[in-house]
Amino acid sequence: MENPEGVVVGKRVLGLNVNGRAHEVAAADGALLIDVLRDTLQLTGTKRGCDGGECGACTVLVDGRPRLACSTLAVQVEGRRIETVEGLARQGRLSAVQQAFHEQLGAQCGFCTPGMVMAAEGLLRANPRPTVDDIKAALAGNLCRCTGYVKVIESVQAAAARLAT
Amino acid sequence: MKPRMTRPGGIGIRTPLIDGFDKVTGRARYTADIVVPGALVGRILRSPHPHALIVSIDTAAARALPGVHAVCTGDDTPVPFGVLPIAENEYPLARGKVRYRGDPVAAIAAVDEATAERALSLIDVQYEVLPAYFTTKAATKPGAVAIHDDKPNNVLREVHAEFGDAAAGFAAADLVREKTFTFAEVNHAHLEPNATLAEYDVERDGVTLHTTTQVPYYVHLKVAACLQIQQSQVRVVKPFLGGGFGARTECLHFEIIAALLAHKARGAVRLLQTREETFIAHRGRPWTLVKMKIGLMRDGRITALALEATQAGGAYAGYGIITILYTGALMHGLYDIPAIKHDAWRVYTNTPPCGAQRGHGTVDTRAAFEALLTDMAEELGLDAFAVRQQNLLPQIPYRTMYAQQVLSYGLPECLQKVKAASGWDQRKGRMPKGRGLGLACSHFVSGTSTPKHWTGEPHATVQLRLDFDGGVTLFTGAADIGQGSSTMAAQCAAEVLDVALARIRVIAADSAVTPKDNGSYSSRVTFMVGRATMAAAQELKALLVKAAAGRLKADEADIEVRDEVFAVRGGDAGAGLPWIEAVRAAMADGGAVTVKGTYTCPIEFQGDKKIRGSAIGATMGFCYAAQVVEASVDELTGKVTSHKVWVAVDVGRALNPLAVEGQAQGGVWMGLGQALSEATEYDNGRMLHGNLLDYRVPTVVESPDIEVIIVESIDPNGPFGAKEASEGMLAGILPALREAVQEAAGVRCDSFPLSPDRIAELLDAKGAAAARAARAVEKQL
Repeated sequence: MENPEGVVVGKRVLGLNVNGRAHEVAAADGALLIDVLRDTLQLTGTKRGCDGGECGACTVLVDGRPRLACSTLAVQVEGRRIETVEGLARQGRLSAVQQAFHEQLGAQCGFCTPGMVMAAEGLLRANPRPTVDDIKAALAGNLCRCTGYVKVIESVQAAAARLAT
Repeated sequence: MKPRMTRPGGIGIRTPLIDGFDKVTGRARYTADIVVPGALVGRILRSPHPHALIVSIDTAAARALPGVHAVCTGDDTPVPFGVLPIAENEYPLARGKVRYRGDPVAAIAAVDEATAERALSLIDVQYEVLPAYFTTKAATKPGAVAIHDDKPNNVLREVHAEFGDAAAGFAAADLVREKTFTFAEVNHAHLEPNATLAEYDVERDGVTLHTTTQVPYYVHLKVAACLQIQQSQVRVVKPFLGGGFGARTECLHFEIIAALLAHKARGAVRLLQTREETFIAHRGRPWTLVKMKIGLMRDGRITALALEATQAGGAYAGYGIITILYTGALMHGLYDIPAIKHDAWRVYTNTPPCGAQRGHGTVDTRAAFEALLTDMAEELGLDAFAVRQQNLLPQIPYRTMYAQQVLSYGLPECLQKVKAASGWDQRKGRMPKGRGLGLACSHFVSGTSTPKHWTGEPHATVQLRLDFDGGVTLFTGAADIGQGSSTMAAQCAAEVLDVALARIRVIAADSAVTPKDNGSYSSRVTFMVGRATMAAAQELKALLVKAAAGRLKADEADIEVRDEVFAVRGGDAGAGLPWIEAVRAAMADGGAVTVKGTYTCPIEFQGDKKIRGSAIGATMGFCYAAQVVEASVDELTGKVTSHKVWVAVDVGRALNPLAVEGQAQGGVWMGLGQALSEATEYDNGRMLHGNLLDYRVPTVVESPDIEVIIVESIDPNGPFGAKEASEGMLAGILPALREAVQEAAGVRCDSFPLSPDRIAELLDAKGAAAARAARAVEKQL
């Protein structure tokens, strides 16, 4: 395949496991995970808030760990377990983190929320009883412009408390 | 009307947002999430020069490139736009001249990104470069080239106003001080980048836009005007919106450009803006120089204030005339001040246009005033709280010299509560080394009482439709931008009708469907749309009561509604008519029921025609706030850390305390960013801050706990007594933090942000002065 600059770019079929489903997608070698998720799989919950690696809105989980989809090549995560915000709710029931962000107003405009929720999800799986400093460290790469983070932290604490019971 | 205060989702009850589920699951669709098969990719060619004449634009090669569907230049856009009808001086694509680096010059719609990029590179633009001005000083220097021909001195608007006798006030004062403060330009940095999806409407030869706006109806009007088509050929929908904070309170160039491309290509165009382009579109708070002068009596009474404000407004008028008026308009209404003199200059510069940012125009002058007041109180040996209590409005109702009416005033209670919560009396002046406390007050309008487009229409209109399923659909043009206006409207309707919140469905911000609304700016929505919603719900309730009375064979006056049951007062509780029966009764004759409620701010709240500019700052009521911040300073690095904020906010009534807390926290925090670290930076007009790493918004690590104390003064006109709840608390954090830094490190910083380099420099100077003093003492010995 040739792009308008005349540079030959490779394209191949990738096997991606997203939210527990196997997908086969044709992607250019340089395709970013965020574009495959949003444009090919129509999983638009994952947001692009910046020009690359600045804001955290595109945070997804890869093998359970937070990762920026805008700075990850799709080819890098072939065969690995990818989770997006769309994969958390089960049968219309919100996950503990989602429920807490909803009830505690951890989301105002909601644009950073998918990334926040995934980063928090990753934190609580690794550390079910985080301190405030643990929460801050885990969310340090996720910018929010609405909440001042106060209710974001409270949401993560509420989710941890719910999971502990 | 008094709310019940007991029902889930009712007024006064902590209520999650009605669209929160969509936000936490990823179902919420923002503009860039909407897919139209076959949509073209839009791209904008921007000026590389901060100030230049356009000699020629050759688009032939771009037009000839296969895959290019439309190429637009200034030739396609002869109609200028701007948010104020008296200052429309911006073209969607530059005509003849560019005025900032990034000014749009041409635009492309092509089949894919690569083709669009290639086409941009094929457009040949010849410029004749002009001298460019990045500071107010340079722009107003005699002989400077005019950025706009109608303003040869590059001053968009000068303001000179005096209320009372300032000179006499200063003469009578025991202490008069004057100080100059500077405030860096800041940006909203809303998380969702700008984006528009424009679709050609074949039937009408028009366009439908999904766009990132706080003002869908302003966008509608400007798109029609700039495309030179009828307003009925345009439809504007605001999908979910990732924040606004004032950045999107006017129609912006990219929205019109997308519409233009779609119209020319006769197809759909997705114009997604990068983060850098979103910074270029800007509309942030301008760089401001404030010279503040206050006269004080020994007991702390203020005798007069005089201020001079100069703003570097960027390349186009935008909201500039309003912004500069706001620098003085809200010197009124917080304290009782007998004389206020206001001189201000809004200057054009060759930088991206400034606009309205949360606390529009009022923040920097308020911060300067509070900072100087605190310094002077200290000089007189007065406590910061005491000096503010000394200057409270003497009685309510109160009419300011600027003709603003104050009918509710919770500031005294805010001061008391925040003083107690922060332990001020026990702790101020006794903080551990390197720590300090600071206090300040601020306020903001609950909506500007005069609409920008003077049409005579009501200031807010809401429709309710009741249909066979017993559901109530609420139609409002109000743009929910994350602040929760749809939830607010649903709560108001549910409270009046006494139904479960889930019965109310809100359809908002679609100009083909919802009644016109001026938009989400100046914190107007809760007050005006809340009141219109109440009016509509009261009318619907009356229809239902009438129908129920007929069915129950009782007098309308005897019908009581409670928890979705219509019953005869004092009658058998079990004999009531359930909601759905009342709905059927109401529909029996005429089918689905539609009612409308409106609200218009009474003329006596719209300023005084005899006072020039008093439409700005005219409002139904002010939100008041007092706050204390605890901060520390690292003596080596100069880094300021804010540990805790206590903020008491008079919001009239908290319709939804959960949302009020969230808004107040966000407001304080956005001010904290301006106080601590945020600043735009240009090198010869080239943007250096165009990403979220160089433009330093505080991360969660740098953000303190913010404890919100809600004060309810129950405004007589507000919906259930409510006022605004998201802007009034912003300004206070700047001077409060400055005072805390002064206590912590012994330095006074008069330039914002209080960045490590500035504080370190002041600490060095303080250290050097101390060393000099010590050497001098040694020599004498």
